[in-house]
Amino acid sequence: MIGRLSAIAYNTYREAVRDRVLYNLILFALLMMGASVLFGQISLEINRIVLINLGLTSISLFGIVIAIFIGIGLVSKEIEKRTLYTVLAARPVRRWEFITGKFLGLIMTLTVNALLMSVGFFAAVMYVSHRLGRGDLQLVTAIYFILLEFVLITALALLFSTFSTPIFSSIFAFAIFAVGTFSEDLRGFARMASGPTRWMMTGAAYLVPNFAALNVISQVAHDTAIEPKLILLNTLYVLVYTAAVLIASIWIFERRNLK
Amino acid sequence: MLTFDRLLDLFGNLTKHKASVIILSKTMAAIEIQGLEKSYKTGFFGNKLKQALKPLTLSVEEGEVFGCLGPNGAGKTTTLKLLLGLVFPSGGTAKILGCELDDINVKRFIGFLPEQPYFYDHLTALELLDYYARLSGVDPRERKRKVEKALARVGMTDSGKTQLRKFSKGMLQRVGIAQAIVHDPKLVLLDEPMSGLDPVGRRELRDLVQELNEEGKTIFFSTHILSDAETLCDRVAVLNKGELKGVGVVADLLRAISGDVEVVWHGAQAIPALSALGARCHATGDVARALLPEKLLEAALDALRQNQARLTSVNPVRATLEDYFMARVGEEKPNEVNA
Repeated sequence: MIGRLSAIAYNTYREAVRDRVLYNLILFALLMMGASVLFGQISLEINRIVLINLGLTSISLFGIVIAIFIGIGLVSKEIEKRTLYTVLAARPVRRWEFITGKFLGLIMTLTVNALLMSVGFFAAVMYVSHRLGRGDLQLVTAIYFILLEFVLITALALLFSTFSTPIFSSIFAFAIFAVGTFSEDLRGFARMASGPTRWMMTGAAYLVPNFAALNVISQVAHDTAIEPKLILLNTLYVLVYTAAVLIASIWIFERRNLK
Repeated sequence: MLTFDRLLDLFGNLTKHKASVIILSKTMAAIEIQGLEKSYKTGFFGNKLKQALKPLTLSVEEGEVFGCLGPNGAGKTTTLKLLLGLVFPSGGTAKILGCELDDINVKRFIGFLPEQPYFYDHLTALELLDYYARLSGVDPRERKRKVEKALARVGMTDSGKTQLRKFSKGMLQRVGIAQAIVHDPKLVLLDEPMSGLDPVGRRELRDLVQELNEEGKTIFFSTHILSDAETLCDRVAVLNKGELKGVGVVADLLRAISGDVEVVWHGAQAIPALSALGARCHATGDVARALLPEKLLEAALDALRQNQARLTSVNPVRATLEDYFMARVGEEKPNEVNA
């Protein structure tokens, strides 16, 4: 089982790399170099805040876009191109192994992408701050939360991919990311409502993924400490939510006729 | 005793019923299908049912080359997809190599080439075969050798390090065949394997199928290219519009629909007498020939004697699989039939 999962995951990773997905790193590198040189002209405190905001937001957005655009095709593209026939029809590969392997492959791609970006990001931070201190460990936490974001959005894109077309899947995925980013506001609205509307809005607020809790970019840019408890809670939240979404994806895919 | 010929005689009656033909088996069946059927919901609300495969009962013996023939939309691919667990049956059961369809382990012993295959084109041929060998659980120590052997068997050794996106349709078909045999399966299922191949490629594939069969593998392939099926198959089944129309040994099937003889003689004056018997006659100069049912042969020879014609030859007319196919399917206007 492990052998099959790792083979499918590695193939997914290799496909992304050979389809030049990592070329986005060049754009990111140019962005970081440009920002460092430009902000180097401004005072030390501000340029560091702006650079951290810009760098971490870029790492997040580049990854989210890749996660959605590749994630929505993970299953539907394989069905459309019939590449999965030769995997599922005549190999001892279970459908859940296929889904899980594809998921892990994209996570591997996004992690490598984010880590390479992080190297560039830290180089830029060091260039403008002239040093890296203990306080910069907060940046690592922020990058870890960004990786958790990728895990969530990849699972959701994969879920949509099991039953919808790529166009609709991308609309669903971007919409749910946007709503999830403002999930705290949704909870606020729910508190202000009353009666059935309150119940419905509270339900919706807890159903959509809470991307807001994973976004600590502004905090780390201003050197505000991140509670270890938040790291633990966010990790557990993402693990449970992702597991539920993956189980739903597998449940749908296991029942699907691959015509 | 119920012989195969007798079964074929009964065949005409059986096809009127929903279920089809059962073949007597001396050895274990590689594929055993019992009343397998598939319907899809259609229409905007999914309130209509389209029957892609009517209840099918069929048996493929171990070690035989079995052809599944039919025009496009006959149900050949649906049958294969049902057997391979890509779509789920609406009814009936099937066993592959003695195992139920949901037994994942049996897939180690199955090779499959889909129709118009499309593979991961970011991989090279060697990488692709290695990937499939891994998924099939091929021993890591043997994997490299088996991958190279499979590639060599389809004549692609020189293209092993080329990415599939640079391959022609025929080359992809060859790689498709290689991936179907890389793990040394016992049963090879090929969906329209000749599609996309040039005459040389078709010939090579025929040779390969024969080779695989000589190694003891069971081959089940679907095709609408009848000449290939006639050359390769021990037995064939004819499907049309999701229904089994006939199954059996090719020679027996042809015998069942033929029975005409061709008579050639000198003396065109005898033509009216033979035409009166119902023979189809043609003359070229003094040489005449007639096609007529075998049972009229004696009467035809008498007529020739009475008209003082000189008999040259009497030959049985050999029916082709195409004749059989058209007899079973032709009247239902198939969409596409290639001889």
